[in-house]
Amino acid sequence: MNFSAKQILGVAVFLLVIFVGVPMFIAATGRWDFYFTLTSVALLAIASAGVWLTFYIGRINIGQGAFALVGAYVSAILVVKAGWSFWISLPAAGLFAALVAVLLGLPILRLRGVYFAMITLVLTQVATLTALALPITNGAKGITNIPLPSGVSLFGLTLIPDFGQLENTRMAFYFTACILMIITYAALYRLVNSRLGHLCRSMQQNEELASSIGVNITYIRILIFAISSFFGGIGGAMFGSISQSVYPATFVVKDSVDFMLNCFLGGLGYVFGPMLGTLLIYFGWDLLFEFGKYQLLIYSTILIVVIRFLPDGLLSIRFGKGEKK
Amino acid sequence: MEQILANGVYLGSQYAMIALGLTLIFALMNVLNFAHGQMYVIGGFVTYTFYGQWGVPFVLALFMSCMTLAVIGALIEKYLFAPVIKGSSREESTMLLAAGIAFLLDALILLVFGEKQRGVPKIVDGVFNWDFRLIMPYDRILICVLAILSIVAFIALMQYTKTGRALRALAQDRTAAQLMGVNVDRYSMIGFALGAMLAGLVGGLLVTITGINLGMGGPTSIKAFMMVMIGGAGVISGAIWGGFILGFLEAFGLAYLSQYGDITYLLIFVSLMIFLAIRPQGLMGKPWG
Repeated sequence: MNFSAKQILGVAVFLLVIFVGVPMFIAATGRWDFYFTLTSVALLAIASAGVWLTFYIGRINIGQGAFALVGAYVSAILVVKAGWSFWISLPAAGLFAALVAVLLGLPILRLRGVYFAMITLVLTQVATLTALALPITNGAKGITNIPLPSGVSLFGLTLIPDFGQLENTRMAFYFTACILMIITYAALYRLVNSRLGHLCRSMQQNEELASSIGVNITYIRILIFAISSFFGGIGGAMFGSISQSVYPATFVVKDSVDFMLNCFLGGLGYVFGPMLGTLLIYFGWDLLFEFGKYQLLIYSTILIVVIRFLPDGLLSIRFGKGEKK
Repeated sequence: MEQILANGVYLGSQYAMIALGLTLIFALMNVLNFAHGQMYVIGGFVTYTFYGQWGVPFVLALFMSCMTLAVIGALIEKYLFAPVIKGSSREESTMLLAAGIAFLLDALILLVFGEKQRGVPKIVDGVFNWDFRLIMPYDRILICVLAILSIVAFIALMQYTKTGRALRALAQDRTAAQLMGVNVDRYSMIGFALGAMLAGLVGGLLVTITGINLGMGGPTSIKAFMMVMIGGAGVISGAIWGGFILGFLEAFGLAYLSQYGDITYLLIFVSLMIFLAIRPQGLMGKPWG
């Protein structure tokens, strides 16, 4: 993997903006609520990255809300009922979501196209229903009063401070979410530009053909679905920790559809598409809040106009049509 | 038992109509119409406005529901779906468009009709009572009969008219239909309008029983997706099977499982997954057609 100077510069500017530029901007303008908005964007972008990855093997995934919900509940239950540290529950939530994805993926990944899209959509609804029905999730009351993440220290050296004792929790969450997001996208970029990425592209084009030249498509699609759901679980768990509560309605069908829209809007051909899409959709929605009851009307009109004139996503403006990554 | 079976037929007939519209649009355009539930809600509100508020006869109100939705469907197809299908390099783009349209229709419903639950006066009074073994209000029976008649009419339209033949040809093979001289653009629009019209018709019929509110759109779409998956996407007989199967499952679930809480849909979904693992194309569907 060789990076051009332009790419390195781009990443450096990006890092500078989110870790220095944004905090300075917020300190200057006093809009502390932006921290929460941007943290949400970062976390939703992690989950959207998972959706994008399933698109990469040619599957339309509208079930990320289910895995985000699973992640949020696993982390919440481990922290509240088993007394685990949040930082251990976070990967545990991701792994559990991935395990669920493997079990569900075995049957449903055999479906394709619209069938897969429909069943994943139904899956989101089922996750909500399951959360309502199971005793461990507390039903509609949900799990509330989740403690803030505790500190981690190694050999007396504080690696992560105790969030409960920080005076500025929002900023801490913002940085955590951004770091997680960067790791996610770095991993995604690495994956796409690896041998596995090539195999995924071959599956996106034609599964039978890929299979006939010796690609183990069953293994790869389950692996990709598991990774995708891992991202969903991580994003959901972190989200639960920030809002300090999880309800069955934390992630619903609307969120699953939003995750899909994020990927589409940014452009499915670009690794960083979902990040841009999430930022625009989330911020756009927030900014339109001033329009009151016309919010949804304006939002959906813009969305329709974008897809009408830029069917391949926003990033396709810069790169020109037809050119694929 | 008789009661459960009757409920199953009643639910199934409505569900089959919803699924028919969705499957028709899917078969013709390869579009998963997310906005189907919203179209159903609009149909309900139009009937509510005409019949409930302005006192227009019910049949006329139903007709207005159908017409409104047919026009909306035709416009959406002509100005949104058709250009996007032509211009996009990936066919999934239509899903984003469909989702956007679902939001747009939700917004319009909110602005035009408000967010309140609306109902209309009963169209017929009285309850059919057979020895307390089978109790069914007359209006439900009437709606059920009307729904089944509409399904029969729809099948007749598809089988015996020129339009129906063109639509079936289009669903079978778009290119071949075009080569045989079918005006593809025009019939796509007609097909979409017909699918939307069916959604509006169900909405208009059901507003007399369950009423209508803004939040009913999304869940209706999800149910329609499940029915289409059971029966097989893009197949008319599949949609009818799917609708009745889901209707019966729901009727039985409500009768026998309600004491365990709200787990009917959980079980339906689990069985659907097992079913699809064995038969991914649904009951009637062609494998990856």
